[in-house]
Amino acid sequence: MSAEERESSAGPHVPLSLVRAGSRVRLVSVQAGRGLAKRLADMGFVPGDEIQVVSNGVPGPLVVLVKGSRLVLGRGMAEKILVK
Amino acid sequence: METIKKTITIALAGNPNSGKTTVFNSLTGSRQHVGNYPGVTVEKKEGHRDHKGYRVRVVDLPGTYSLTAHSIEELIARHFVVEEKPDVVVDILDATNLERNLYLAVQFMELGARLVLALNMSDLAKVRGYEVDREKLSVLLGCPVVPTVATKGEGMSGLLDAAIAQMNETHNLPSVTVKYGWEIEEEIARLSSLLEKCDELASNHSPRWLAIKLLENDTEVREQVRRQCGNSDEILDAVRRSTQHLETVFGDAPEIVIADRRYGFISGACRESVRTTGQSRYDMSERIDSVLTNRIIGLPLFIGLMYLVFQFTFTLGAPLMELLEKLFALMGGAISSLWPAESESALKSLLVDGVIGGVGSVLSFLPNIMFLFLAIAILEDSGYMARAAFIMDRIMHKVGLHGKSFIPMLLAFGCTVPAIMATRTLEHRTDRLTTILVTPLISCGARLTIYAMMIPAFFPLAWRARVLWILYIIGIFLALLSAKLIRVTVLRGESTPFVMELPPYRMPTVRGVAIHTWERGYMYVKKAGTIILAVSIILWALTSYPKSGEVEKKYDRDMARIRETLGTEGAAGKEPALQEKLDQLQREKEAQILAHSAAGRIGRFLEPALRPLGFDWRIGTAFLGAFAAKEVFVAQMGIVFSIGDAETSHRSLRQKLHENYSRLTGFCVMLFAMIATPCVATVAVTRREAGSWKWAIFQFGGLTVMAYILTLLVHQIGLLLS
Repeated sequence: MSAEERESSAGPHVPLSLVRAGSRVRLVSVQAGRGLAKRLADMGFVPGDEIQVVSNGVPGPLVVLVKGSRLVLGRGMAEKILVK
Repeated sequence: METIKKTITIALAGNPNSGKTTVFNSLTGSRQHVGNYPGVTVEKKEGHRDHKGYRVRVVDLPGTYSLTAHSIEELIARHFVVEEKPDVVVDILDATNLERNLYLAVQFMELGARLVLALNMSDLAKVRGYEVDREKLSVLLGCPVVPTVATKGEGMSGLLDAAIAQMNETHNLPSVTVKYGWEIEEEIARLSSLLEKCDELASNHSPRWLAIKLLENDTEVREQVRRQCGNSDEILDAVRRSTQHLETVFGDAPEIVIADRRYGFISGACRESVRTTGQSRYDMSERIDSVLTNRIIGLPLFIGLMYLVFQFTFTLGAPLMELLEKLFALMGGAISSLWPAESESALKSLLVDGVIGGVGSVLSFLPNIMFLFLAIAILEDSGYMARAAFIMDRIMHKVGLHGKSFIPMLLAFGCTVPAIMATRTLEHRTDRLTTILVTPLISCGARLTIYAMMIPAFFPLAWRARVLWILYIIGIFLALLSAKLIRVTVLRGESTPFVMELPPYRMPTVRGVAIHTWERGYMYVKKAGTIILAVSIILWALTSYPKSGEVEKKYDRDMARIRETLGTEGAAGKEPALQEKLDQLQREKEAQILAHSAAGRIGRFLEPALRPLGFDWRIGTAFLGAFAAKEVFVAQMGIVFSIGDAETSHRSLRQKLHENYSRLTGFCVMLFAMIATPCVATVAVTRREAGSWKWAIFQFGGLTVMAYILTLLVHQIGLLLS
């Protein structure tokens, strides 16, 4: 997905941590250091891909469905992941 | 006449939770041994078996999601393939989670490994409604795909056949290269041609792989280029320019785009070859999870489950433990009887008091430990532990620990040694170190023996359970507090990000659970047989020598006189009383020996420092013994008070304690025992897992200081209040 493609797709960008349980969103970008971004990308957090939020209890970690399996994400991480 | 065997070396790789270990065990059974990868504390498991005329050597690589330079496990997997050049890499895939699992496979492909893919848990996949066209998948990926169900041992033969075929290249699959789109491919080509000029690296690695890794900002490859390539400046400069160009084009760092494209390739391959037949059943795991990890009932449910685990452990373990204690007492008696009754043979004392006394008390705890590990293994294999770590993460995070830190802490209730070894699952060094440092604060099984003796000595029946609880809670609380302290001072740093895969729930297999339980139980036995044995002997020496010469002789004379009397007729009717006196003298003599020994002298030397805590030299001496193993504390106290065999005369020891010390002191002893003196085995394993003596000493010193200060405070305040 090129930069232009992404810009043109409408919708506000929110951090994953604010997404309600049961919603499906698409990953826009990861606002973190290169190492962390890459680590997330390796685990399947790739821009444009769908993320389904399974549970999001504040405070505490989130459970998301990415690439067919469930991952647990710390809240701090989820705040750095922008989705729409 | 034996045919000369051909050999094949297989490296086993795969995601954590993919069933790799089960495959390894299926392939090698008991013909395996565990070592270490050189220079690091990562386990290396190797095994072998024979198959159709081949001697198959299987090496189990650490479980990883990728082959980056970010973690030691990934680097090891990478190095093994590059440097040791196994004939085949078998990647174990979780068939129910194919896309993520294939990410690693693609990395191996790019590394140039000869790959065989095992589609493990294919029974589960079928149940979930996935249908995999294996032939198509193997063509799309360029390597054989073999279905397996490792928990049932199915598919192992097929796997080995495929591996052999791969090695001999007798399959007809075309090789496949993952393409990253023309912009990236252009940069890869540019960098490859520069890398080809670097002989040192190009001889061992494919230039394409190196180029891709450089674009992924791989720290290790960068370092290798810098160190080994004559034209490193040229290369790194080109990397910089390529990276900037790609960032402009994509609006993202190249490594992100590359990961994206990789998954794209995988997704495409899966779309062609995997079908979900009908409505794939709604995830059973998710339904279970909605209950188990529910915000409101998740935590209480977890606590309830933990309570059950401990109940199970102690109820089943207690009778077995008593049995073992009796067994060891018998053994001691049997060995004793090899010498005449009054023999002062040093060897006899060494064997009976030193070895059996020290090691025996530790080993009698084995049943309890095993049951605890059994329960934990069941919870782990079923997948629940991942959820528990998720539930615990909230608390752990507040003190700077990781949710996964809680599993070692749970194991610590049994024994600190396997607990510290379990910290290997923590990926970040700060998490690992912090957990290792504070784990000894969790009251292990050995400390329980001390509590079991002391609590009934000082507290009435109604209070006993409560006091035990209080001690455990204090330990946990201190562990968490110390973790926070350490993270704020010595091991500062960003809270490590918490991302963890939640594996689906699955039915634990008897085989799997048995293996996991035994792995940890074995560590306990090994520690007893080695370190504790050695230190028990040293301690025996410290508590037996130097001899007190004159005093002993006096006792010997008195005892000899009584024995003479026993032999004559004048003793008729007075035998039991005389025998009693004899035993009494024997015990007093032992107490004197202890008092005169090196350990006793050290205890007395330390007494002034121990008085403010409410301790006297006897407790000091006993704590010295506790350094070998906490269980020894009880035995030592028995000797000091000339109770004789403390194991079977707990009541009399408790009475003596009650007479000599206040309740406050009793509590302080337990408090001190809880915090201080991690046993030798703990120090040794800390040194090994933390990588240096520095941390082991820090742990030991820190705990001792903490114990001293806290006990001092408690005692002094206690005195003031009473």
